[in-house]
Amino acid sequence: MNYYMDAFGEAWNLIITMDQELLKVVSTSLRLSTSSTIIASLISIPAAVIISRTEFAAKKVFNVILNALLSLPTVVVGITVYSLISRRGVLGEYDMLFTLPGIIAGQVILIIPLLTALVRNTIFSIDEKMYKTAKSMGANKKQQFKLLLMEARYGIIGAVIAGFGRVLGEIGISMMLGGNIKGVTRTITTAMALETNKGRFAFALALGFILLILSFSINFIVYFLQEGEQYE
Amino acid sequence: MRKRILVLLSVLILLISVSTAAVAQEKLVMATTTSTENSGLLDELVPPFEEKFDVRVDVVAVGTGAAIELGENGDADIIFVHAREAEDEFVEAGYGVNRRDVMYNDFVVLGPPSDPADIEGMESAADVFHTIADSGAEFVSRGDDSGTHKKELSLWDMADLNPDGSWYLESGQGMGASINMADEREAYILADRGTYLAYSGEIDLEILSSGDSALFNPYGIIPINPAYHTHVNYQMAMAFVGYVTSQQGQGIINSYSRQGEQLFFPSAIEADELEE
Repeated sequence: MNYYMDAFGEAWNLIITMDQELLKVVSTSLRLSTSSTIIASLISIPAAVIISRTEFAAKKVFNVILNALLSLPTVVVGITVYSLISRRGVLGEYDMLFTLPGIIAGQVILIIPLLTALVRNTIFSIDEKMYKTAKSMGANKKQQFKLLLMEARYGIIGAVIAGFGRVLGEIGISMMLGGNIKGVTRTITTAMALETNKGRFAFALALGFILLILSFSINFIVYFLQEGEQYE
Repeated sequence: MRKRILVLLSVLILLISVSTAAVAQEKLVMATTTSTENSGLLDELVPPFEEKFDVRVDVVAVGTGAAIELGENGDADIIFVHAREAEDEFVEAGYGVNRRDVMYNDFVVLGPPSDPADIEGMESAADVFHTIADSGAEFVSRGDDSGTHKKELSLWDMADLNPDGSWYLESGQGMGASINMADEREAYILADRGTYLAYSGEIDLEILSSGDSALFNPYGIIPINPAYHTHVNYQMAMAFVGYVTSQQGQGIINSYSRQGEQLFFPSAIEADELEE
């Protein structure tokens, strides 16, 4: 029981004293997750629209593969990207291993299938009638796309949050591609693993609490943004 | 209301990304062992160098085997490891140049205070390993091709044994994690003294055997050969070698202690020639 009391105490202390190391780790995690999620969204949302709104020959196969990729293990993404960006790899000359862009590359690959599939499902479930009405009233391609995004916005926001949560909490990619470098690529999750290894369980647990608080507050903000509309 | 929050949120995200956007700075990637990092030595040794040369040292702490691999692939500029034979092979193969001795400490055999295999006080490391294997008490091995793991395998070799069985647990993790595992399982383990001292406040394991010359643990530093990997930051790597083998670097190593005990002993400059 002492463990948990210590951890609570330590977490509280770290937060109110604005511990420099903690701030650095948290801001690194947030920067990574934000960048990865934005990049992945820019790719996934248009991709999902294309998949659900156009007919092409291999669509069925494509959807099956997409669904299978939903459970992509982080270590597989990690080792694949590692082999690409290591100096010996194809992209070695860009010097990305053990840097933030390296981690972002891995995380983007990790969540693209997740985002695409979730947005696709949302678009599938939109009422066809509205779309057809708009079309018959002479909406052009751009307006149609806008309408689609408006109608699907809650689903899209939900998908983006899910992606954000996935990268914020993942450790495999951050550890393999980032190398857990102090002050540079150390994230909340890799710091937790390190502190556990060091036997500083209270500090690790404290980081865990902070991670939880972060994901709760992000979800809360988003819920507030939508003012809970889709639930009513 | 919603708009205002959205704006606030975007400003926050922008602030986060701007505030921490690193200023373009020269960097040196150092691959090293978990024992140097877990012991806390690098936190003392690296910052003065970073300040002096206005460079950022990115420390990637892995096992010695992995560190050497990173060096071979050119993913690091310099390696700081402890496996003399592998280091010499690394230099001979042309991956690294200008190896220097930096410091040493020794390996110790840790075990639970109850000492089920009854090894306490035994002098010869080979005998200790023999006794542990015969007793059937659990033994935690790093199992990660690290310097400590290589040393452990050579000791099993010396004892003419091939460790195998349910008593032999390969953790596949760093020194600290493995010590914690041995502590939880009340098992024996081979560890470097530095990491043990850094952890000794938190665990029950005790040093049960030490002092055999086979347990000597020297650390070396090797810049990656710029003729082989042309992109490496050789100049800064050599500056770091100069720094850690200088009076300043060796002095920091000499004065670093945990729980009142010195963890590493400088070997580039004789201790009695170190300035106070």
